[in-house]
Amino acid sequence: MMASKLTRGFIYLAAAITFGSLFYVVGFILIKGIPYLNLDMFAWKYTTDNVSLMPSLITTLIVVGMTLVIATPIGVFTGFYLVEYAKKGNKVVGIVRIATDTLAAVPSIVYGLFGMLFFVTFLNFQYSVLAGVLTSVIMVLPLIIRSTEEALLAVNDSLREASFALGAGKLRTIFRVILPVSMPGILSGVILASGRVVGETAALLYTLGSSTNLPDSLFSSGRTLALHMYVLSSEGMHVNESYATGVILIVVVLMINGLSTFLSNRLTKGTK
Amino acid sequence: MKTKKLDGFMKGVFFVSALTSVLAIILICIFIFAGGVPFILDYGLSEFLFGQKWSPSNTPASFGILPMIMGSLAVTFGAIIVGVPIGILTSIFMAEFCPVWLHKILKPAVNLMAAIPSIVYGFFALQAIVPIMRQFVGGTGMNMLTAIILLGIMILPTIIGLSESSIRAVPRSYYTGSMALGATHERSVMRVVVPAAKSGIVSSVILGIGRAIGETMAVVLIAGNQPIMPESLTLGVRTLTTNIVLEMAYASGEHREALIATAVVLFVFILIINGTFLIIKKKGAK
Repeated sequence: MMASKLTRGFIYLAAAITFGSLFYVVGFILIKGIPYLNLDMFAWKYTTDNVSLMPSLITTLIVVGMTLVIATPIGVFTGFYLVEYAKKGNKVVGIVRIATDTLAAVPSIVYGLFGMLFFVTFLNFQYSVLAGVLTSVIMVLPLIIRSTEEALLAVNDSLREASFALGAGKLRTIFRVILPVSMPGILSGVILASGRVVGETAALLYTLGSSTNLPDSLFSSGRTLALHMYVLSSEGMHVNESYATGVILIVVVLMINGLSTFLSNRLTKGTK
Repeated sequence: MKTKKLDGFMKGVFFVSALTSVLAIILICIFIFAGGVPFILDYGLSEFLFGQKWSPSNTPASFGILPMIMGSLAVTFGAIIVGVPIGILTSIFMAEFCPVWLHKILKPAVNLMAAIPSIVYGFFALQAIVPIMRQFVGGTGMNMLTAIILLGIMILPTIIGLSESSIRAVPRSYYTGSMALGATHERSVMRVVVPAAKSGIVSSVILGIGRAIGETMAVVLIAGNQPIMPESLTLGVRTLTTNIVLEMAYASGEHREALIATAVVLFVFILIINGTFLIIKKKGAK
């Protein structure tokens, strides 16, 4: 009996530490940061006086939007190929799986360095939105591929057979039957991918750069919210503004996660 | 006939898309290795890997990265000591001890924990853990222990997520069988269910190791970043990742190549870790 109680005690303690630390991190940033959220920080132009986060907020939206526009079709199409077209034991599938698994494990700083060597220097894009976006695309590909695969595999085979039996071709079956059913799962992966880009710093520092201006073309530098927060906190001059930026980041991540959970719950309901 | 053609065309499009990630990983390997390996050969592999002095601005400059290798290993090892027991026990709690209504709250909480940007974790540690360290340990408060505690927290969601799903994947008959033999709930879970989920739990720990060794932005704010051999928990430490991000902004020539070579070493570490993970996953699937 003693041993049981002790085991239970340790398990409860561990859970308390885990969720206690999460609560502490989020609570700490919110409590310290919310009082410093003011209208100045949302001014259109950044100056050293107002330390506005507005340009970074808009740049974040631009970078996330462009990344998703490029990465989603590639990732989803890869999923189609792996699940719907490739035959069992196909060598290409094995190679693509190893490639995506490896991509998923590459640390962001290595992505950043690669982006700097390839997009910024070799292709001569300079520190630019384009270099940042293309680096992010590679980074989120494994996420989108994996969630598409899972969503497609969850689709009942009887749906495919029914569609073929009615005379629909492969392509028609994919786009008219399978895609609508697996949409929530795919979307939840795409949304998680946007969360990854929102929180990314190391991969963007040496590709997107850290200019405080709003980028006016694909080839100009900018900074996302997370980069903004990094620059502020490593300079140590604007601690309060760092807290406030942290609040915005946490709120954005919360919304992204909520949306993704909502969609994947719909998926599990849909297939049962 | 027309749809046949379109079918074939789209199949080609899907195939090319599938090759994108293969192309990406090949390009990454080529550019990182081509940027770093010539330097390593030129400078000498053992001088680079085992040199204890990193002073890029001296003449002649010396580029020994042993302090950073040891720094990365020490910090990762520490994070494992802190994070693994807490993470695994929490996943057991989530899978076997927690009421359904609570699970509905805690599961999104774990996902949130995974999604909080590393810069937010780093800033939190800088403002919350560093002052406490300064008070109790002295110095600047930016030391190895601070980094270990923070990374220990940061790897929790990785470990919890995968461990929980592998514990849940254990057939329920294992548990009921053990209960029928008169074992308590705790004993059944700890002695029967959890051991059956071993390979999933081990994979989760390996993923956690990968996350800890690759983490950059959180560590750079709080670890002190002195390029010295890690001798004490209360001294500053520099890891492979932070070495790159700290100096890349102004590095040029040989110094820049040395930083890319640092990334080569980091990349090789990650490939080894990931390879181990894939092997275990394959074994688990059998």
